[in-house]
Amino acid sequence: MSLPRLRLAPARSDRPWRIGAALIALIALAPIGGLVFFASRGSGALWPHLIANVLPAAARTTALLLLGVGILVTVLGIGMAWLVTAYRFPGRRLFEWALLLPLSVPSYVMAFAYLDVVHPVGPLQTGLRHLLGISDPRGLPFPDIRSPGGAILLLGLILYPYVYLPVRALFVMQSASLLEASRTLGAGRWRAFRTVALPLARPAVAVGVSLALMEALNDIGASEFLGVRTLTVAIYTTWVTRSSIEGAAQIALVMLAIVFALVLLERLGRRGMNYAAPRGNGQPMAQKLTGGGALLAALACALPILLGFIVPASYLIVSAARRIALGGLPADLWVWTGNSVLFAGIAAALTVAIGLFLATAGRMSRRKSLHGMIRLAGIGYAIPGTVLAVGLLVPIAGLDNWIADAVKSVWGRSPGLILMSSGAALLLAYCLRFQAITIGGIESGFSRISPSIDMAARSLGAGTARLSGGIHVPLLSPAIAAAGLLVFVDCMKELPATLLLRPFNFETLATYVYGEAARGTYEDGAVAALVIVIAGMLPVALLARAGTRERRGAPTA
Amino acid sequence: MLSLTRLIQGAAAATLLATTTLSAQAAGEVNVYTTREPGLIQPLLDNFSKESGIKANVIFVKEGLAERVATEGANSPADLLSVVDFGNLIELADRGLTQPVQSAVLEEAIPANLRDADGQWYGLSMRARVIYASKDRVQDETLTYEDLADPRFKGKVCIRSGQHPYNTSLIAAVIAKDGPDAAKGWLTGVKDNLARKAGGGDRDVARDILANLCDVGVANSYYVGLMRSGKGGPEQVEWGNAIRVILPTFKDKAGTHVNVSGAAVAKNAPNKENAVKLLEYLVSPAAQEIYAKANFEYPVRAGVAPDPIIAELGTLTVDPTPLTDVAKQRKQASELVDVVGFDG
Repeated sequence: MSLPRLRLAPARSDRPWRIGAALIALIALAPIGGLVFFASRGSGALWPHLIANVLPAAARTTALLLLGVGILVTVLGIGMAWLVTAYRFPGRRLFEWALLLPLSVPSYVMAFAYLDVVHPVGPLQTGLRHLLGISDPRGLPFPDIRSPGGAILLLGLILYPYVYLPVRALFVMQSASLLEASRTLGAGRWRAFRTVALPLARPAVAVGVSLALMEALNDIGASEFLGVRTLTVAIYTTWVTRSSIEGAAQIALVMLAIVFALVLLERLGRRGMNYAAPRGNGQPMAQKLTGGGALLAALACALPILLGFIVPASYLIVSAARRIALGGLPADLWVWTGNSVLFAGIAAALTVAIGLFLATAGRMSRRKSLHGMIRLAGIGYAIPGTVLAVGLLVPIAGLDNWIADAVKSVWGRSPGLILMSSGAALLLAYCLRFQAITIGGIESGFSRISPSIDMAARSLGAGTARLSGGIHVPLLSPAIAAAGLLVFVDCMKELPATLLLRPFNFETLATYVYGEAARGTYEDGAVAALVIVIAGMLPVALLARAGTRERRGAPTA
Repeated sequence: MLSLTRLIQGAAAATLLATTTLSAQAAGEVNVYTTREPGLIQPLLDNFSKESGIKANVIFVKEGLAERVATEGANSPADLLSVVDFGNLIELADRGLTQPVQSAVLEEAIPANLRDADGQWYGLSMRARVIYASKDRVQDETLTYEDLADPRFKGKVCIRSGQHPYNTSLIAAVIAKDGPDAAKGWLTGVKDNLARKAGGGDRDVARDILANLCDVGVANSYYVGLMRSGKGGPEQVEWGNAIRVILPTFKDKAGTHVNVSGAAVAKNAPNKENAVKLLEYLVSPAAQEIYAKANFEYPVRAGVAPDPIIAELGTLTVDPTPLTDVAKQRKQASELVDVVGFDG
């Protein structure tokens, strides 16, 4: 345990942090409470059937999906991050931010688009058959995308940025000195990567991979559509087809316990390690590639962008163009866009503020109970969105009814359900669902700021506010921006909670896309889906600019 | 900030509502929770508002409609609950989320087998679960649902997930008719005949038939209209034209399996009168025409014709098994899907 104790002031000084964290954790547990309420009403009569016929296969499928997606996002995320930071090649500056673009594609759009594009009667195979002169639609040996392999590929392609984003930020910010030291000691570039860069990146990789895996685990749109029977699909089936919210809540809680245990295990594995290193000049001795090497690097970067973004985006552009040619833009498109951006923006701001508070609390105090609360605050990410939303209904509607009755007893008139009808319930759901992203992102940012900086500031008389506002936040700004971006894009894409908790006459881009896709009028939905993707691209571009500024303006060591 | 504005708005609206309800005026609002897609229900609601002056507010909910109404409890703003699948309608009533409505208009327009005896819910439109067959590769003029398990269709059958309510309701009907053992044998047979994993949507059956991935499949009748009318774009016209539609029966030849979309007045509806007015509007000839034309469903009201694309599929004879008997088997049907590993 090499970290020196940071707390210089007396013990009571961490009390505000603890109270704040406890309050946030309590709110985060509210939907779990709702699920426990549902689960406890059930008899458990479902379990013999589930254990005999559903869960073993669903658990296997889920494990396979997670393993596949995990490998794909790790390899793509770390590989691309290393390529764009350790080497210079044509197009690198473009790839650096374009590699983030697949983030903006919702999984359900990805599934729709690919099924259409690679279907035997879709454009790809039809075109190839024309070229090759084959008439039978089954004449080409394309594997069916409706399979676990297909789901792994499609989810991996849109989820790898969760790894790429923090790992690249880490490689960029990381001191070149350690790498240089390893090189001067005779390590080759590969060995430096393997023995120095990679171990240092572990917190960022862990955060990124666990976010990506939870997205994959909780995905319902793509998995159900591609016929991949995961545990989440089993929960959904139990609820919707067998009309048993009780049984669904029971499975969801068991799954949650397993996920939470795994997350804690990973953290235990990292306990006591110090990943902080002195800040370098942010340009870790990028090596210039020429000829074949440069071409290979550019191709390697282009491939995930092509498959994860250009293919689905082109599909959307073609479909949207057809729709616009037929009937112009949907009249309310701007209203939906406004709703999506407003709610996603507020949720991103709130989760960043809360994430910063919690991560700072975690740095100020090493008390175990506080760290437990911080982990609990992010628990909503480990639950499928649809289950979280239904769990949240219980406490939120309870509170809402309480307010309504209280107002009624004073004024004589009921104001209705204010939290539900104002959209506050929906905002809360977004925050609970995605809080883990900003906590994790900002924590991994903190892990790169040496504790000695805090101690120096403290010894020079800086208080907590000054330390946070004057030193931490500026140093953390890339991590904060990245985390806020992820939450924003996730909220733009969010579907199940929005469908369940929204107020009257409230449409977002995602709900509109879903409504049209559910009817099969894909073209009508394509315009809105395209706006989701574009709206997701804008913050990506902003972030890219911030990232390059940070790099250029970085102080030299 | 947002909620404060809404609070004031809400208080104002509540005041307005209270006064209008007290003075028993016709105009006002009606709040609809629906699992039907907005593109479908919005034209109906717009017309209703135009005719009656009653403003219709709507929330399109996918799953959890019942949970939302239940947890909202006494203060729930929901007036009308509009869902698809008779199983869902019966469940809403069983959970005590609906209230009985007596209306001569509704009783006259809707056949008795498509509504609840106590008026807890009313069916508003019908869809048939039909067989799509390849125009080129299947010669049969008629088929039964049981034929889908016939070994001659080995590797030729496409269908969406067995757990989808459209399929569990069909399987429940087979259980109700043929008994659980025969149903299990049948479902195993269909599974052995699958050309690909059960999945995708109903339209994918037509597309996969066009692609020569399969020869027959099960899907809802209205998709034929959505595809062939060109509403889903030119490719879908091609899919729709690749198939011949057979209105199948069970092996007793009594009729085709249908399901309904329907609605119920919520137990704590603050605007009950308006909800009943909306229900009555939805079975009016004008509204039934919209169901037929916009979504290619079968109207429940006698005298309103289905869309020509649907009419040319043949005359629909509805299987006479009471929907309540079928609904009772739904849970068992869902478990059967797991037991035979239908989606595996």
